[in-house]
Order: sequence, then C-alpha cells, then structure tokens
Amino acid sequence: MTSETTNSKQSGRALPSMSVLGPILALVLLVVVGALLNPNFLGAANITNVLARSAFIGIIAVGMTFVITAGGLDLSVGSMAAFIAGLMILVMNAALPSMGVGVPIILLGMLVAIVAGILAGLLNGFLITTVGIEAFIVTLGTMGIYRSLVTWLADGGTLSLDFGLRTFYRPVYFDGILGISWPIIVFALVVIIGEIVMSRARFGRHCAATGSNEHVAHYSNVNVNRTRLITYALLGLLVGVATIMYVPRLGSASSSTGVLWELEAIAAVIIGGTVLKGGFGRVWGTVIGVLILSLIDNILNLTDLVSPYLNGAIQGVIIILAVILQREAKAKG
Amino acid sequence: MSYMKNILAGAAAIALGASAAYAQDTKVIGVSIPAATHGWAGGMNYHAQETVERLEEVYPQLDFVLATASDAGKQVNDIEDMVATRNISALVVLPFESDPLTPPVQAVADSGAWVTVVDRGLSVEGIEDLYVAGDNAGFGTVSGEYMASKMPDGGKIVVLRGIPTTIDNMRVEGFEKAIEGSGIEIIGMEHGNWNRDDSFNVMQDFLSKYDQIDAVWASDDDMAVGVLAAIDAAGRDDVQFVLGGAGMKEMIKRVMDGDSMIPADVTYPPSMIATAIEMTAVGLTSNAPVAGTFTIGSVLVTQENAEQFYYPDSPF
Repeated sequence: MTSETTNSKQSGRALPSMSVLGPILALVLLVVVGALLNPNFLGAANITNVLARSAFIGIIAVGMTFVITAGGLDLSVGSMAAFIAGLMILVMNAALPSMGVGVPIILLGMLVAIVAGILAGLLNGFLITTVGIEAFIVTLGTMGIYRSLVTWLADGGTLSLDFGLRTFYRPVYFDGILGISWPIIVFALVVIIGEIVMSRARFGRHCAATGSNEHVAHYSNVNVNRTRLITYALLGLLVGVATIMYVPRLGSASSSTGVLWELEAIAAVIIGGTVLKGGFGRVWGTVIGVLILSLIDNILNLTDLVSPYLNGAIQGVIIILAVILQREAKAKG
Repeated sequence: MSYMKNILAGAAAIALGASAAYAQDTKVIGVSIPAATHGWAGGMNYHAQETVERLEEVYPQLDFVLATASDAGKQVNDIEDMVATRNISALVVLPFESDPLTPPVQAVADSGAWVTVVDRGLSVEGIEDLYVAGDNAGFGTVSGEYMASKMPDGGKIVVLRGIPTTIDNMRVEGFEKAIEGSGIEIIGMEHGNWNRDDSFNVMQDFLSKYDQIDAVWASDDDMAVGVLAAIDAAGRDDVQFVLGGAGMKEMIKRVMDGDSMIPADVTYPPSMIATAIEMTAVGLTSNAPVAGTFTIGSVLVTQENAEQFYYPDSPF
C-alpha cells in the first residue's frame, strides 16, 4: 500500500497520470487532425458552431456527471428534453394572445422549462430513492413516458413556436456578448459552477462518498438518499436549462427531438474519466468528452475521407479507445 | 386527444363487435403502420386515424383495428396478433422494412385475407392484392429536373440525405440521373436523417467547408427547416434556394407565398395511407375491382398550384 502510494506520487510529479492526460491528448489530436484536413476548421465560425451545438449535451452531461458519481444513472434525459421543449412551446403559444410578444412571455417559457425539469428530476429521484426501484428501470420507464407524451402533445407531428415569438426568441441561441453566443456562455457558467461544486463543495464529496460505498457514506453521516435525490433534481434542472437554449434554435419540438442524447451524455461523462460505477467524477473531463464527441461529427462532415455510413463506427472506435487509454494507464500505474 | 378517442372507440368497437357478430357479418380490416417517429410518419399516422374514424361511420359493417409499430419486429407481432385475435378479412400494411415483413404478410395472404401494401413494396412480388405505391425514384427525378431547370448554367449544390435506406438510395439515384449533363455539380452529400437538428449541424458544416454553395437539395421538408436555419444563422447569401420534399404544410405555405428561398416543393404525400384504406374498404364492401397497382406520383409544387396541396389541419 505504502509503496504504491509513493510510486504514484513519483510518477505524478514527473507527469500527470494517463487518466488525466488521456482525454486531453485525444482532444488535442482531434483538433490537429481537423486543422490539417480543412483550413476552415479553426475559423471562428466553425468553433462557434461546434461549441454552441455541444452546449445542449454539455449542460446535460454536467448534471449526468453528478448522478453517475453518486452511483446513479439517468436514461430519460433525451426524452425529458423533448417533452419539456414541447411543453414550453405549447405554453408560450397559449399565452401569446394574452401576453403578446415580449420579454415576459420568454421568461414564462423559461420558468416552465426550469420547473418542469426540476419536477421531472424529482420524480425520477423519488422513485429511485424513496420507492427504491433500480435507477436503470425507473429512467427507462420515464424515457418511454416522456417520448410518448411529446408525440401525443404534437399529435405525431411537430410542435412549432409561433413565428413572431420565434423571431423574438432566436437571439438566445444565435446572439451573445462580444461574439460569444449565449449557449456557449451558459455552458461555460454551468461547467465552472459544476466543477467548483464537485471538487470544492461538501455536496461534491457527498456524491463521491455515496457512489463509492453507500453504507460507509451513511455511517459517515452523509444523507445518502437526499444526496441522490438532489443529483436527479439538479440533472432535471440542467435539462430544463439546455431546453431553454435548444428551443430558440429551430423553434420546434417533435418525437425526434433529443433522440439518443442520454447515451451521448453518458458517453461524454465516461470518456471524461468519471467512473460508471460511481465514486469518482470530474466535471472538466466531461466537457472534454462532450467536445470530443461533437468534434468527431464535425470533422467527418468537413472531410470526404470516410463514407458517411461509417460515422457511427468511427465515433464508437474513438469512445472505446479513449476509455482504454485511461484503463491501461491505471493498470500500469 | 384523438388518441384517447381512438382507444375508447376501439374498446367500444370490441365490445360491440362481440354482439354485432351475431347480428350481421362484420368484417375487420387491420391497419399496420410505422409509429410517428418523424414528420412524414406523423402525417401518415394522422391520415390513417382520420380515415379509420371516417370510414367506421360510412361502413357500419366494417371494423378497423389500427396498430403503430416502432420497429419491424413489433410490426410483425402486431400483424400476428391481428390474425390470431381479430380474425381480419383484410390487412393494410406500410412495411417498416421490406425483408422482415414479407413472410408474415405472405402468411396473412395465404390465410385468404385481402392484402394491401402501401409505399414500400415487399421483397417477393405477387403477395399483395393491391399495391398503393409511392414513387421514390420519381421523387428524385422530379427534384433533379426542377434543379436543372432552375439552374440552366449549372452550379454547385450540396445534398442532404435521409436515413440510410433503400428509399433514400432510390431517391438519390433518380436525382443524380436527372441532373446528369446539366452542369450541376454535387460538391457534398451527407445524411441528415430526415431530422431537423441533424440537418442543421450538417448544413453548418457544409457552410464552413465550402465558400460557394449555389443551392441545396434538402430532399425533405424537415431537413429543409434545419438547412434554412443554418443558412440564416451564417448570414450567407450565396445560396439561392433550398429544395425540400414531401409537402409539409409550412413549406407549401412558403411556396404559396412566393418565398424566394423555397421556390418549390416535391410531394410524397403521407395521405397515400388514406388512399389504401379507402380502396380496401371499397373492395370489401362492393363489386368494384380494386386489385392491381396504384402509383401515386410525386408532383412538383410551385406557386401556381401550391394551394391544392395545402392542408392547414394536418400536423404535417
């Protein structure tokens, strides 16, 4: 035990461990490849595009980092986002005749998204902690429920925001401060707060303790159930925030909104070095995971090297490689 | 709301069906279609439900059972259930995929029931009594011909494709054949999966990759929505127009209003399911012959004729 600790300390001084370096190296490699393949890759427009479109999954993935660190899992976030987007559009369209186009109606829509997100998260958390059903089963169930609900709300079609409202709301996705668009700013804020909470605040330590060993955490005076419940509510809140950024982009929601977002968010969390079994999580790693996933898509679109049929395969290979890189390093260390 | 109504109507029909069977010879028509997973399928579901509700009024001697499936396996189960528990006299099916659906539909045909196949054909010919076909190659051809006529001096275009399937391949082949020799060059082609978000991302990347794009064949109206948003956000004015397809009401409206970015649309009407159900009902209740193939052509919609294709009540 002692020798192992000294070993890792020595190697730590020489070079940060591979589990830290792995995802960063993969990201740098992707950026270099992208820059070599297409001169527009590092242009401001492309960087803005990639960061802004990463924001939805990114904001959700930060919440997912907490859930997974505390030993949970949430498969319902993609459907939840679609449902909240649909609900938001319905409420805003319904309020339009009485409120008119303006800031209040946008705030109403945002409030609906946040409240719906928190409630949906609390429902997942309640069923998992208080009722005591497996997280996988609960969220698989709510995943189906929210997906059906949005299809039902849209009558199988697409819910579209009133045209005037959409024009007014559009800047929330496309504009920003000093050329940095709002989704990127919100994403950055969520990440900074998330990172601080995870690594500095008591709540972050409670999450890690709960995910690492529930019983030990319980005897160490950590309220395990409450910690878990809060992680799901937090994730729900962040799904609401992501939806607020998503709706102004195309102004519509349908049953195909947010399909597979849950798996992308979980993949990003794991690529970033958070342990799927719980007990250890890092928010900045998740950000790198999210960026890796969107860059792969972006690079494949910018080049003609690979048949588009193979995009999914390449993503899969890179996800597995990124995780192997970390495991190898851990095994050796 | 109409879903709930349908369930209630279905439950009532089952209850009534049991007693009505003694009174008169009630025939049951099974309708099996893919679930509303994207805009076009949503429209198709709407028309199927609306037709079933209407025909139940028109033909008291007919009962309908409607099932939507989210994948081919579920659709096979649905059809087996219809045969086993509802004793259907006719099946109207829009196959999720041709190959896996062919044997179960053949079994239905062998049992003596009438079979109507819609849109996608089965892998073996001659199983169905009536085939209401959409014309995918024609869809591509009409789109290509319009592009060629709209760009007489040629130009550079990008193409967004749907979910990788035979349908998508047939459309693209038809399109490529139609623009041959017109001087139009396809500089980029990627899958937007008939999805607004995916096509938004793909179009953003096309705009980063190419400095000059003269036009876009979005090949679907949902994808056209994403493409237009991406062009708008990039503030590019080199793209002269976007050609979608299918006939979504918002897009038809823009054609009607003379929007220069959406000068035309090409139909691939989801209401073809209504044609199929209606003809099947006619076949079961009258002496009018309805066997054979009924091809629903893809029509070019321009400002002149757009009004005929505008259905404001449909969800699609």
